[in-house]
Amino acid sequence: MMALLEIVDLHANAGDAEILRGVSLTVDAGEVHAIMGPNGSGKSTLAQVLAGHPAYRVTRGTVTFAGHDLLDMEPEERAHAGLFLAFQYPVEIPGVTNAYFLRTAYNAIRKARGLDELDPMDFLDLLEDRLRVVEWGPEIMERAVNAGFSGGEKKRNEILQMAVLEPTLAVLDETDSGLDIDALRIVAKGVNALRRPDRATVLVTHYQRLLNYIVPDRVHVLSGGRIVKSGGKELAHELEERGYEWLTGTGDAESVTAPAASYAATASPVPAAP
Amino acid sequence: MTSLAADVVTSRAGSRTLRGFAELATAVADAAGDPAWLADLRRAAVARFADVGLPGSKDEEWRFTPLQGLAALQFNAPGPAMPVAIVDLAPFLLGMPGWPLLVVVDGYVDRRLSRIGTLPPGATFGSLADAIAIGHPLVERHLGHHAPVDASAFTAVNAALVRDGAFVHVGAGVALQEPLHVLYVATDGAAGSIVAPRMLTVLDRGAQATVIETFVHLGHARGTPRPQLTDICAEIVLGESARLEHTRLQRESLATYHVGFTAVDQARASHYRSFALALGGRLSRHNLHARLGGANIETLLYGLYVARGEQLVDSHTAIFHDHPDCRSWEVYKGVLAERARGVFNGKVIVRPEAQRTDAKQTNRNLLLGDEARIDTKPQLEIFADDVKCTHGATVGKLDDQQRYYMRSRGIAGRAVEVLLITAFVAEVVAEITQPQVREALEALVYAEMNALIA
Ligand SMILES: Nc1ncnc2c1ncn2[C@@H]1O[C@H](COP(=O)(O)OP(=O)(O)OP(=O)(O)O)[C@@H](O)[C@H]1O
Ligand SMILES: [Mg+2]
Repeated sequence: MMALLEIVDLHANAGDAEILRGVSLTVDAGEVHAIMGPNGSGKSTLAQVLAGHPAYRVTRGTVTFAGHDLLDMEPEERAHAGLFLAFQYPVEIPGVTNAYFLRTAYNAIRKARGLDELDPMDFLDLLEDRLRVVEWGPEIMERAVNAGFSGGEKKRNEILQMAVLEPTLAVLDETDSGLDIDALRIVAKGVNALRRPDRATVLVTHYQRLLNYIVPDRVHVLSGGRIVKSGGKELAHELEERGYEWLTGTGDAESVTAPAASYAATASPVPAAP
Repeated sequence: MTSLAADVVTSRAGSRTLRGFAELATAVADAAGDPAWLADLRRAAVARFADVGLPGSKDEEWRFTPLQGLAALQFNAPGPAMPVAIVDLAPFLLGMPGWPLLVVVDGYVDRRLSRIGTLPPGATFGSLADAIAIGHPLVERHLGHHAPVDASAFTAVNAALVRDGAFVHVGAGVALQEPLHVLYVATDGAAGSIVAPRMLTVLDRGAQATVIETFVHLGHARGTPRPQLTDICAEIVLGESARLEHTRLQRESLATYHVGFTAVDQARASHYRSFALALGGRLSRHNLHARLGGANIETLLYGLYVARGEQLVDSHTAIFHDHPDCRSWEVYKGVLAERARGVFNGKVIVRPEAQRTDAKQTNRNLLLGDEARIDTKPQLEIFADDVKCTHGATVGKLDDQQRYYMRSRGIAGRAVEVLLITAFVAEVVAEITQPQVREALEALVYAEMNALIA
């Protein structure tokens, strides 16, 4: 069977700096993969390159997603093809309600797939159902996208988006960071609800904790822009105990035991008015 | 009167006059059959304009709004108004069919198109010419006193040429539920001419009303409409504890020069809330001046200007805090595409006795093209020491992170921009409190944003 995602020798730069230095990774349909690794090792870069962030330039390698040459597609085309990235730092969009944003995204994807758009009433039903997954009331839908959300709420909102858009491949970039235990359970529930034999999930995480709720098929360690070790779920336990030094030689144990859980406010040239 | 107007032509340096104004003013003075006070006002207006002429680029108030284009035009007497049918107005109506509507075609109230309905006792809504003709005492008392002929060259032009317009009076304690809509229609008949209606709105103590002014163009002729000047004055007088919500929609043809002056005089504890939407003509300028003439006044000014192509849209606001314990709140936003130019100037003047003033001004601009431009200038002059006054102006482009985030969710192409621009403007449109008016304007703005991106 063809892999759902196949990354081969991926190199990517941000400006002149080479961040990814030959990542190879194969994810089959039905699988959950976890990517761990020290701060600054390139995990978010990998996630963003997959989603098509214009700040990164791929210099070498290939990425095939569901038979498409992913690197040849625009960010929206990747979404249409079934890719979803839960951002480490979700972006605030003042002035656009969550409800409107989600319906627009949902219908844009349907339209791109040649399906009829869902009318607002039917969409409301779908939304109600997905709100239950993240254990949220309908009030959240009338708030502007992520604007003024707490760090944890933003992460939960990413999971809501994922639950609505039902991607074939979900990449979650530290969606578990900064979450309280209930929120963590909700995120895990969202991911598990989405699991199907024809879909897959890639979890970027610093914590073994999440992997108690979502059991990965494979665990990879990214360091210095390369995958330096891969293993089964027991690798996560081993990392929790031993840190990254035994793998990287230069790793900073601090970064594993006390990872940053801060959320950068997204700079906007048009700040929200008072 | 005739000789006075003729003097204008000879006494003026040709470049700074409004070509044809003198003849138009003479014709009005000869024909109007004005009461003495109005004849005096017109004479003063003609003399004033002869004195100052059109503002030039050295005039600080007009620095960024060049009037050479206007000065180059020749204005003539208007032709007959094009026939306007009720169905022609449908796209411009707001809210419920029963709402009082006064239609002013090429500067004159059209009785056939207007429908005032029944207003509660104590309320008047109708033609300004009628109010003048019957010698309504409020007209003589107020007309030209709030937007005097020396406020601007264009208040003088309006006073010299005004024939009709809207008159609103709401008696003490009367609260009007339904908005009063004044729809100013410029037809091809006004092409090459000056349309100069005026609105006088007086709310007595404790009165409440909502007034909407809409400026539109109805073109029947093919091709680009010929330039025309709309010179409008609105004088608004709010008695003690009166409350007015005022919405102003300027959406004339791309050939229109629009110059508006709105003067608001507020008495103690009154409340004025304005939403001004300018979709621009060739050049549009709106001065909104609020004088806070007592304590505990609230003045809320919201504005949105949208322009593209070669349009210039200029908003000048001035808030005069003359008394203590007043609050003014102002948010103006602008979206400028292609080679459009925007101008914003916000004066807040706090006199020494206006202690405990709470004034906040915000102007935010979104530039959609590298050639679009905004000149924004907050101008706070504060002479009292115990005040809370802030201002902020920003100029930005669409945010790349937001754009990318939306695209990563599958939203593509124009939809991304339309959504982001709509989001940018939504905040001010949301400030219209009358729900049906707000919804209508949201739809209008959304359509406009779509057209902007097309
Ligand atoms: N747009 C960019 N411009 C310049 N440098 C960048 C850019 N994006 C990432 N980098 C750099 O690339 C390296 C990898 O960053 P990345 O965000 O991928 O790390 P990460 O593994 O996700 O770290 P963390 O665990 O802290 O989230 C860092 O040194 C970072 O500073
Ligand atoms: Mg990261």
